[in-house]
Amino acid sequence: MRGGLWQLGQSITRRLAQGDKKAVARRCFATDSDLKKTVLYDFHVAHGGKMVPFAGWSMPIQYKDSIMDSTLNCRQNGSLFDVAHMCGLSLKGKDAVSFLEKLVIADVAALAPGTGTLTVFTNEKGGAIDDSVITKVTDHHIYLVVNAGCRDKDLAHIEEHMKAFKAKGGDVSWHIHDERTLLALQGPLAAPVLQHLTKDDLSKLYFGEFRVLDINGSQCFLTRTGYTGEDGFEISVPSEHGVDLAKAILEKSEGKIRLTGLGARDSLRLEAGLCLYGNDMEQHITPIEAGLTWAIGKRRRAEGGFLGADVILKQLADGPSIRRVGFISSGPPARSHSEIQDEGGNNIGEVTSGGFSPCLKKNIAMGYVKSGLHKAGTKVKIIIRGKANEGVVTKMPFVPTKYYKPT
Amino acid sequence: MACRQLWASRAASYLRISLFHRSFSNVLNNLKYADSHEWVKVDGKSATIGITDHAQDHLGDVVYVELPEVGTAVTQGDGFGAVESVKATSDINSPVSGKVIEVNEELSNSPALVNSSPYENGWIIKVEMSDSGELDKLMDSEKYTKFCEEEDSSH
Repeated sequence: MRGGLWQLGQSITRRLAQGDKKAVARRCFATDSDLKKTVLYDFHVAHGGKMVPFAGWSMPIQYKDSIMDSTLNCRQNGSLFDVAHMCGLSLKGKDAVSFLEKLVIADVAALAPGTGTLTVFTNEKGGAIDDSVITKVTDHHIYLVVNAGCRDKDLAHIEEHMKAFKAKGGDVSWHIHDERTLLALQGPLAAPVLQHLTKDDLSKLYFGEFRVLDINGSQCFLTRTGYTGEDGFEISVPSEHGVDLAKAILEKSEGKIRLTGLGARDSLRLEAGLCLYGNDMEQHITPIEAGLTWAIGKRRRAEGGFLGADVILKQLADGPSIRRVGFISSGPPARSHSEIQDEGGNNIGEVTSGGFSPCLKKNIAMGYVKSGLHKAGTKVKIIIRGKANEGVVTKMPFVPTKYYKPT
Repeated sequence: MACRQLWASRAASYLRISLFHRSFSNVLNNLKYADSHEWVKVDGKSATIGITDHAQDHLGDVVYVELPEVGTAVTQGDGFGAVESVKATSDINSPVSGKVIEVNEELSNSPALVNSSPYENGWIIKVEMSDSGELDKLMDSEKYTKFCEEEDSSH
């Protein structure tokens, strides 16, 4: 057996010293030191984390429990993820809102202070540069989190446009929160456990809302959001308090909340029907094709004013030629780039993410198909290693979401 | 086995690196091993084939096994099927050449047998060998154990 097994990132931090081969062991360390480490690195290793390279960082793909058990535990109890590799930044200034609106599809002006939303940074062709959760802290302060793998690209893009905007007299500046670390706490126990660590009433903080508050003695930025479909939070904490906060959360949960790695994180988001930028969304895919039309503010649909608006507004009027849909299939799990065919054997699309769902015990996948063939219940064939397997277009999320919303 | 583990733990703590707190993989003495982590159990002209404990441990939860049809010809070193875990797909290579005479149908319902019982109930195919001389190219349990250690330490 070869190939995929090692792609999983078997760069496990286990080095067996072999007497005279100590020199070899040291050389192995040299490659690892090219990877960035979060403040929780030692904490992960001490808890049995299997560290792998991810977007230039050394991150835990899993711990002692399997990816399946870890995924199930998140939905049954809860998970704590180190997401410090993602990039948090603040845009400040009188014109911060109008500046950001040039770059994203959201109606940022309409966001109430203390609320946020998922949005997409677009390029001139209407394609996605990255997806991001943005939050309006105040009318003059927006807090954003972007993907680790897109950090350099996103920051260069924002900086370029900021320079042009300021040259015309616009008032905006930025601060990249490298002094803070980001943790994600998800699952049914997330709120009860976090409540033990703060005096603020979390029952009044709903999905998409943001607050600056004291948690476990540190000033944190708290957003009720996540990437698993469960109720939960993303917590931005000063880096020097990151380990203490992680320890406190795990202790308060009496072991029910577990440190969870990127492997389970991917299974969870796939079950929740959420896009992974780089797989389900890329430079050439528009938000409409990706099924994120809802994220384009109503006013923005009428006015445009963001990069690629002409392409996107045309797609809104005419309909896109391809659409992102979910699939359940039999046989082996569908993987990225598997071909999708109609029952007649004609190519109709491609899988962009797929795997085995630990919760449903079925193969689930997402991909793009020609418009017209995107309705739930449409039978398809998914080609894996030369063989056709039965699939059916399925509504997402695959596992019902549990976002905390007012009744 | 136990002293090697103790020695490795001491070496690991000297270098201040982590060592997984799990036992070394199980390697059975009466089997032959391929460097792609398959085992073969010989019984006359018949060979039973599966993947090793080391392989299933690295792979994680197996969710699907792609089996060949009975009657398919297999060649030493070539792929005949695949094993899928939650996150990855791996080809399975045949340690011997011959003809597939039986496949483990149980794996269609219970792919996890590969994890729980890699050498017994998790067997994958049975082959009628065309050339038992090929077995000489495989490793015995001692060579395979050493092979696994060297492979893991180079990652």
